[in-house]
Amino acid sequence: MQSIYLDHAATTPLDKRVLAAMLPFFTKTFGNPSSFHTPGLRAKEAVAAARKSCATVLNAHADEIVFTSGGTEADNLALLGVIRSATVSLGRMTMRPYSLLSTLSHPHVIASAIEHPAVLEPLAALEKSGAIELTLLPVDKFGRVVPDDLSHALRPETILVSVMYANNEIGTLEPIAEIGRLLLKWRKTHDTPYPYFHSDACQAAGALALDVEKSHVDLLALNGGKIYGPKGVGCLFVRRGLKLEPLMYGGGQERNLRSGTENVPGIVGLATALGLAQAEKERENKRLTVLRDRLIQGLLKIPKTRLNGHPTERLPNNVNVSFMDIEGEAAVLYLDALGIFASTGSACASQTLDPSHVILATGMSYEAAHGSIRFTLGHGTKKTDIDYVLKVMPGIVEKLRHMSPVNLDMKYFR
Amino acid sequence: MKNSTPDPDILNRTGDNGWFYSDTVKDHFFNPRNFMRDESAYADAAMGMVGSPACGDAMKVWIRVDPATERIIDCKWKTFGCGSAIASTSMLSVMATENGGLTLDAARRLRPQDVTARLGGLPARKIHCSVLGDKALRAAVNDWYRRAGQLEKVEAEAGRVVDVLTQVTDQDIEHAVLDGADTLEKLQAKLKVGIGNPACLPEVEQLLRFYTEKYFGKQ
Repeated sequence: MQSIYLDHAATTPLDKRVLAAMLPFFTKTFGNPSSFHTPGLRAKEAVAAARKSCATVLNAHADEIVFTSGGTEADNLALLGVIRSATVSLGRMTMRPYSLLSTLSHPHVIASAIEHPAVLEPLAALEKSGAIELTLLPVDKFGRVVPDDLSHALRPETILVSVMYANNEIGTLEPIAEIGRLLLKWRKTHDTPYPYFHSDACQAAGALALDVEKSHVDLLALNGGKIYGPKGVGCLFVRRGLKLEPLMYGGGQERNLRSGTENVPGIVGLATALGLAQAEKERENKRLTVLRDRLIQGLLKIPKTRLNGHPTERLPNNVNVSFMDIEGEAAVLYLDALGIFASTGSACASQTLDPSHVILATGMSYEAAHGSIRFTLGHGTKKTDIDYVLKVMPGIVEKLRHMSPVNLDMKYFR
Repeated sequence: MKNSTPDPDILNRTGDNGWFYSDTVKDHFFNPRNFMRDESAYADAAMGMVGSPACGDAMKVWIRVDPATERIIDCKWKTFGCGSAIASTSMLSVMATENGGLTLDAARRLRPQDVTARLGGLPARKIHCSVLGDKALRAAVNDWYRRAGQLEKVEAEAGRVVDVLTQVTDQDIEHAVLDGADTLEKLQAKLKVGIGNPACLPEVEQLLRFYTEKYFGKQ
């Protein structure tokens, strides 16, 4: 049977070159980087080299990279770290100007409505506990944040803005550099260090340039498992001068920001994967874009099908469509039976039993969210795979529509 | 709930909270029985419909009944929904018509648990996808009595209002529990029940416990 994996946004296989780079650090160079002997030193050097390598990709300093256990931890460290640090410093502040005092005593945070749960959930928890006020920025019908909306949402007490680099479900690229410039200007005119700008780049790290001097982000999260690196490792860029409270306390690793013995093979793997992805991205993006557009064009030929996300401003590997009158999980199961592995924004397939908050935020109906299917292409995807999907998809949709009592008018789904 | 031991009727084959369906579910999903191919031929049959595509599941059930025995002799369906919703309606149609067919009375007493048990269980989180079928069947039974002119046998499925401010009924709470509301907080996020009228909260919490235990086993 065929085996066509089209869920690279969920996770990617490990690149063989990454595995080769990691292997020595499991059994040979296994020391603890904190140890004061030669094996420890070798491990420490490996982590330092990985840090330098990640920093180079981000056009950052090595001391601005904090390794974590993945994207979720990196996001949590960025958000909770900044907000807790603001609250902690409030206790020590008596001499600061009143305006800053007011900023920190009523902290306000802005995030886009389509952020990953790793961003939305910690912010929701902080809002619930009364630690912050939270504004969720709406997006346009393509899933893009409108910088003007952000301007209007900014307040003197806004300490943090979080907008993802590219969306994980619909692949829409966000205007990060534009938002970065807008925030720089705001800080300058208001003479304040706030708000900091955090961006979750987990989906973007394999495909987009991550230069933090061009994007003007202060915090940037990425992880290994989405870029042909290992799962369970990620990193957070923390701009120099920015203060964070750690999530974990202990031995003081990662400049006190992330205690716990370093995951040396994972860190080496992350750095190797990031380097490879960035070096090869132009050629690979070009190849994937052709396949992506072939798949989109072919799927849109199926009646009552709509593209979710932006037609061009989207990740080169992301295809997300809604088939009206059918339910996504059923379609994914039929695809699975044919050896095609995709995912859906349907409520039935989610942990919360709610349909995709991303597709709903683009103004689409619940019906469209339930019928959404995401195909995310990757290194192994070939033209023949795309053609196989295009060959079987119409039949699956037809069969499920045949069983469905629903027949919605497309005029509601433009 | 995740760590509880659920009733056998909601146990999936692996016993964990995973995604994988039993062979019976898969069989009914990939080879659905009795699904409606030609609605025009059933224009005269009794029909019941529940759900809506917006909430994720919608089902239509048609039945033909032998007036002499009041047994279901034919049952067809259409379902918008996930794998377990499709498989449940398929199994429901089999159960309604096997062994000479259910009497209308027995059809009314068919519970979602009976269907999931026959399916070899469903993952706990998918139970909510399978509860519409029996409702659609009951609606079809009502429709049959209506068409037969036996209006006294039509049974309305009215809920009892629990919160006068929001007009939330016990049925609303049942559906919310099936849709994943396993705490008062989640229930209130879905229904706004008791926010302006906290006096009803003890009863709401009691219903929450009742329906959680009914469908997902004891905590």
